[in-house]
Amino acid sequence: MNDFRTSILPAAARLVVPVQCVFSIYLLLRGHNLPGGGFIGGLVLASALVLRAMVAPSRAPKFDLIVLSGIGLLVALASAAMPWLGGGTFFTGLWGGQIWLPTVGKIKLGTPLLFDIGVFLVVTGVAAKLLLVLMSQTDESDA
Amino acid sequence: MENLLPIAIGILIACGSYLCMRRNLVRVLLGIMLFSQAANLLIFTAAGLSSGQPPIIAPDKLTIAGPHADPLPQALVLTAIVIGFAVLAFAIALVLRAYHKTGSDDLDTFRRSDS
Amino acid sequence: MDFQPIALPIALPLLAVGLLLCLRRAGEPVRHAINILSCVAQAVVAVILYLRVSADGVQALRSGSWPAPFGITLVADLFSAVMVLVTAVIGLGSALYAAGYGTGKFRGYFAPLYQALLLGVNGSFLTGDLFNLYVWFEVMLMSSFVLVALPGGRPQFEAAVKYLTLNFIASAFFLVGLGVLYGMTGTLNMADLSVKIAALGDNGLILSSAVLFLVAFGIKAGVFPFYFWLPSSYHVTPTPVAALFAGLLTKVGVYACARVFTLVYGGQQEFLAPLLLAIGVLTMITGVFGAASQFFIPRILSFHIISQIGYMIIGIGFFTRAALAATVFYVVHHILVKANLFLIGGVIGRRTGSQELSMTGGLYKKAPWLAILFLIPAMSLGGIPPLSGFFAKFVLVREGLAIGQGWVIAAALAVGLLTLYSMVKIWNEAFWKDAPLGDRQPDRKVPFLMLAPCVALAACTITFGIFPGVFLDVADRAAAQLTDPTAYIEAVLPSSPPSPAEP
Repeated sequence: MNDFRTSILPAAARLVVPVQCVFSIYLLLRGHNLPGGGFIGGLVLASALVLRAMVAPSRAPKFDLIVLSGIGLLVALASAAMPWLGGGTFFTGLWGGQIWLPTVGKIKLGTPLLFDIGVFLVVTGVAAKLLLVLMSQTDESDA
Repeated sequence: MENLLPIAIGILIACGSYLCMRRNLVRVLLGIMLFSQAANLLIFTAAGLSSGQPPIIAPDKLTIAGPHADPLPQALVLTAIVIGFAVLAFAIALVLRAYHKTGSDDLDTFRRSDS
Repeated sequence: MDFQPIALPIALPLLAVGLLLCLRRAGEPVRHAINILSCVAQAVVAVILYLRVSADGVQALRSGSWPAPFGITLVADLFSAVMVLVTAVIGLGSALYAAGYGTGKFRGYFAPLYQALLLGVNGSFLTGDLFNLYVWFEVMLMSSFVLVALPGGRPQFEAAVKYLTLNFIASAFFLVGLGVLYGMTGTLNMADLSVKIAALGDNGLILSSAVLFLVAFGIKAGVFPFYFWLPSSYHVTPTPVAALFAGLLTKVGVYACARVFTLVYGGQQEFLAPLLLAIGVLTMITGVFGAASQFFIPRILSFHIISQIGYMIIGIGFFTRAALAATVFYVVHHILVKANLFLIGGVIGRRTGSQELSMTGGLYKKAPWLAILFLIPAMSLGGIPPLSGFFAKFVLVREGLAIGQGWVIAAALAVGLLTLYSMVKIWNEAFWKDAPLGDRQPDRKVPFLMLAPCVALAACTITFGIFPGVFLDVADRAAAQLTDPTAYIEAVLPSSPPSPAEP
């Protein structure tokens, strides 16, 4: 791993990573009608994971990120198939009630949100995996 | 803007074509990147430009009033950008690995698969 | 509950991809089992879809219940349904073969990528929206890029770089064409485009978008002068992948040509026909000469893909019902035969230790049944009666003579002879001549799973040859839907639109 043992980056990462994690969820939840959504939320979370791994290689994600993407695909597919199982057309939005969350505001619950969560997981898994692998690749050549 | 953007697209395509014909792999990669950006910009321009006219129906109306921006090309371009991003990410990883494996980024040495 | 067989050829591989990614740590047999099961399920769904389209006409599915020009529509006419069915058959055959062949080099990613490839191919066949076609192309290409590069030797990386660069440029051309077309018409739904372009009449921008699509699809189909990526990438991939690529990927380009140039550009045929005919003839000739100069089995076969694509492009270029029927029949015949030849080439390589013709030999004595098995698709590719290739060529030649395109037909027949020359060359070198290493020639055992798909596909070729009427009739009905797109348009855009669903 590259040498990031200056004190600035770890100190900044300690502050930034938790904020990034919360912010990614915030982006995910407000995404249906406002700027945000699963894709961008996933990218933010992936960058948080990568930043954490950069400052402390031992804290790179221990689970297989590709499995995370697989789960995401299944979640997205489930959101598309749910209306089908209920007798409708694939991808028809099913809505059920709404909840209110502080700062995010009203969230309509339904299959589009589930689909967004699926996208979120896929993007997080793929983007983080990609960056981590590329990071380790460059090191091989530098060493 | 409507006159400027086609010129910008033309320049992008010219630069992209020039870079694509280089022997250096990284330049080829930059070339196809410029190429796909030009394509995205072209979709955007061809579908018509407007500013300050969001395609939003007023709460008390059923149809939209007055001229409005077409939201579809923006969705199309967004999709194309995301796909281009994914392909490019793979391409960069591929070029990096190919460079490690072959020890060269000169396309003229990539002859083993053509015999 | 409506069964919706149109969406399932897309949903099933997606389900398999998700499952396989989650089970990446499971053993290889488990992954192969899921891969094969998914292909079986797709075959069942494809049969149901075919039966329904055959009985009830063109089927359309508005995903998300959004009405047609606005939402993404999936459409299955007879041509799409047949293509989905053939895809499932080839997918199943190659998946079985792969289980016998072994895919350790792919580090657990073989099966998910394989299913992602099928997902992209099925999506391309079923979509009714041009932009959506672009997206499915990319799904298909992304998985094929990785399948080429993943085994990770130097030839693989070199091939992947060439394959990726040219196909990425093709995608850019596709996007530019989409942009121009959208700027002109304000829609990308193919049925809607068909109506709107007919209303616009002849127009320079419409024609230039048609040419941009021709370049984009041409690169993907591997036609002259855009085919260079094909023979330098297919032969470095392991046999089951090469068979799937050879069978399906270029044919998706041909399918896109047939679909877009008959449905969307129905009024521009006078402009397109000579272009397509010239491209088709040059593709046939350059491909077959390329093959004649090669001595490595997968490379010979790769060049033959190109030359055979020429026949299909010519069929589209004639733009008559009988010629399009010939193209439909030709595409199906070629997918089955070419994939089978690649698979049998892999069996030859496994037995003798190499697919280089100078290193093989003596197989006729050791395995006469393999020689026969090779001869069936090889003779079919060359157009010997009574195999499928003969009828494919026969219909095309008859139609070409009927509409007075004698020079095209002369080229097609000459290319047929040269094709036969290449096949005989493989037969002589691999089967007839003595083993070059004598008693030291390796003779490895070939697993049953690798042989079964070859036999089954050869049986398909023979069936096509014995009952050509049945299959030509299906091709003819599919071509009727292509030449007269009213049914397609009516299925996508009903005259009395269904009320939009509540968002």
